[in-house]
Amino acid sequence: MTENKNLLKPSRPVGIVGYGAYVPRYRLPAKEVARVWVGGRGTGLPIKEKSVPGLDEDVITMSLEATRNAMKRAGVDPAEIRAVWFGSESHPYAVKPTSTIVAEAIGAAPHVQAADMEFACKAGTEAMVMAMGMVGSGMGRYAIAGGLDTAQGKPGDALEYTAAAGGAAFVIGPADESLAVINAVYSYVTDTPDFWRREYQRYPEHGNRFTGEPAYFKHILAAGKILMEAMGAKASDYTWATFHQPNAKFPQRAASLLGFTPEQIEPGLLSPVIGNTYAGAAIIGLTSTLDVAKPGDRILMVSFGSGAGSDAFDITVTEKLLERRDKALKTQDYIARRTEIDYAMYARMRGKIAMK
Amino acid sequence: MEIARHWRLKEQRYNLTGTVCTKCGEKSFPPRRVCPKCGSETSAPFTFCGRGEVYSFTTIYEAPTGFNETAPYTVALVRLEEGLLVTAQLTDLGNDKPEIGMPVEMVTRRLRSDGDERGMLVYGYKFRPAVV
Repeated sequence: MTENKNLLKPSRPVGIVGYGAYVPRYRLPAKEVARVWVGGRGTGLPIKEKSVPGLDEDVITMSLEATRNAMKRAGVDPAEIRAVWFGSESHPYAVKPTSTIVAEAIGAAPHVQAADMEFACKAGTEAMVMAMGMVGSGMGRYAIAGGLDTAQGKPGDALEYTAAAGGAAFVIGPADESLAVINAVYSYVTDTPDFWRREYQRYPEHGNRFTGEPAYFKHILAAGKILMEAMGAKASDYTWATFHQPNAKFPQRAASLLGFTPEQIEPGLLSPVIGNTYAGAAIIGLTSTLDVAKPGDRILMVSFGSGAGSDAFDITVTEKLLERRDKALKTQDYIARRTEIDYAMYARMRGKIAMK
Repeated sequence: MEIARHWRLKEQRYNLTGTVCTKCGEKSFPPRRVCPKCGSETSAPFTFCGRGEVYSFTTIYEAPTGFNETAPYTVALVRLEEGLLVTAQLTDLGNDKPEIGMPVEMVTRRLRSDGDERGMLVYGYKFRPAVV
């Protein structure tokens, strides 16, 4: 194996000390969207159903619950956390950080860095890499990073079938305290206009089929391939893999093109039942995989964010997972907590009814 | 605009943090400077575990100003594991009917906007049916 200078590897080994997921209770079946907008034509629906946040939920409340779960597993003193970073494209405030509220509520304030990330669906892994840098450089013992969204989709648009709510948070810390060691990361970023939302616009725009080959597949495949080559690994060396999942089909095809089997991506493939949680999509696949992984298992995670870029992570599970896994609700506990709603209730809950 | 009040109350609202009397151990929520049991003026912060059960409840259909966005909603008296009664909204009921004795757990949720959609967002405790 030749050392790839483009890999992101801190000089001090780091890993995941604690992890937590969150998915809201409500579900909108894709066939409901089809009923309202395309006369019920239900063939080729991208997923079965998507999660919808309650009337009193937003990225701040969801980030807080995911972080509390991560802190329960990590069992670390909140006063030792030196950064709280959350990625999202649906932060409730345009100006005022989500991260300050989370930091205050978990007891990490005031001796802490806090900021919100934005890089479409890869803002969560962007925050994780920053946390690795902080811990790996010795600037802080622990840093919290996460990605969650209450994703927007224009009524009737293809995105409305999938734009969902949820995500995950991680306590990043020294490798010898970690339940999963992050061996290395590789990031692959270009200027690709596949999806965006301009300032003051409620809903994003996208390039339809342009979001596939030149955007999602190009970046995911390049990031995954280059990382695996640099690590001297092939798909069969990993026990599990999880990818950004804007629908059910894309991550399955990306996995197949990289040489992974359907069994390897099964625990992390959540988009069919919760939709696309945007900044949370790849990383909630990771929490769901960690919920079933065994010590020694190796995991490949590749995120994708429009604009565009991918972060690929090479992760190895340690013995510490077994003693920490059951200390908080698991990803599937939230998925099983399911109440189906119709399009009318969804329209109210997502603020799509003009009141003034 | 009541930003100073919301800021002052954030600790108790985010985490259900009250006080414990350092003399007799009596726990209070909201926080009390003087112990209602022994009269001591020395107390320490105490964060309640957030688990409890519904003691009584009512459903609000005509909500006061600031709360109509989420109406109808259910307000409950929750008996915490530590023995205190706390008044709070129930959330995430889905299709569940609230019941006396229902096990609930604390979550931090958006309570309301301070004023209109330009005002600060106020977050605080609510209770949902215990997930597992």
